[in-house]
Amino acid sequence: MQQIDDDRADARFHALSDRTRRDILRRVLVGEQSVSSLARNYSMSLTAVQKHVAVLERAGLLSRRRSGRESLARGDADSVRSVAHLLTELEAVWRERVSHIDDLLSAEADTAPVDAAPADSPHRKD
Amino acid sequence: MPVTDISHDLDALTLTITAEFAAPARRIWDIYADPRQLEKVWGPKEYPATVVDHDLTPGGRVTYYMTGPDGDRFYGYWGVLTVEEPRSFSYEDGFAHEDFTPNTALPISTCVSTFTEQDGTTQAVYVTSFASREGLQTVLDMGVEEGSRSAINQIDDLVA
Repeated sequence: MQQIDDDRADARFHALSDRTRRDILRRVLVGEQSVSSLARNYSMSLTAVQKHVAVLERAGLLSRRRSGRESLARGDADSVRSVAHLLTELEAVWRERVSHIDDLLSAEADTAPVDAAPADSPHRKD
Repeated sequence: MPVTDISHDLDALTLTITAEFAAPARRIWDIYADPRQLEKVWGPKEYPATVVDHDLTPGGRVTYYMTGPDGDRFYGYWGVLTVEEPRSFSYEDGFAHEDFTPNTALPISTCVSTFTEQDGTTQAVYVTSFASREGLQTVLDMGVEEGSRSAINQIDDLVA
């Protein structure tokens, strides 16, 4: 059994946790783009966009090369499509389900402070 | 933090997620036994689920659809394999046509959910396996991916 490296998983999660970075990644998966042209899509400084690109690069989701004065970024489709990445996406689905259960239980505890047991929950048992 | 452990088995294409809930196992079980509660926890935020048929017995089926932000729907079903109330159940999770007949052209995943209670809290272990890498890919491309992207926003504070 091969365990995914925790640091790598953290880096991927962190990289994908930001809306702008996900948008950048979608764009550079379609085709290579200069960082300066990417920056024109966002209402933030070029430096801020460069930082986002650097986070994606460290997570192994895109690669960069220089061409003259330009820094060109390209999404690493193999990495994005790797089994490790796919399992990470699946993990996000299940994490959301777990957080929904937690929300459900918390809401119940809030509405029934005396007895946190589901005595007054609307479900019925078959 | 509810999620206490994550394991990715790259060879077996299996994800194991372990969570701890501040409730007895019976309470967690009841979420799955009740279609109205199940639909609250199953779909991603941007793709809420509606459970239609619900028969959580061996050989039984649970059918659902998830509705996207544009009104687009993804139909799915569970083919229930084993049930050991209130400790565990397993099922195949697949895509369906609009009439909920299984869409055999699309991959299925096999899921095992296990609940172990200790001192009033419950450890839940969810194991999800795919038969092939392409299957996993296809499922993620079929809108579940969209859901996971919305989920990723909530993951931020978990990994920050």
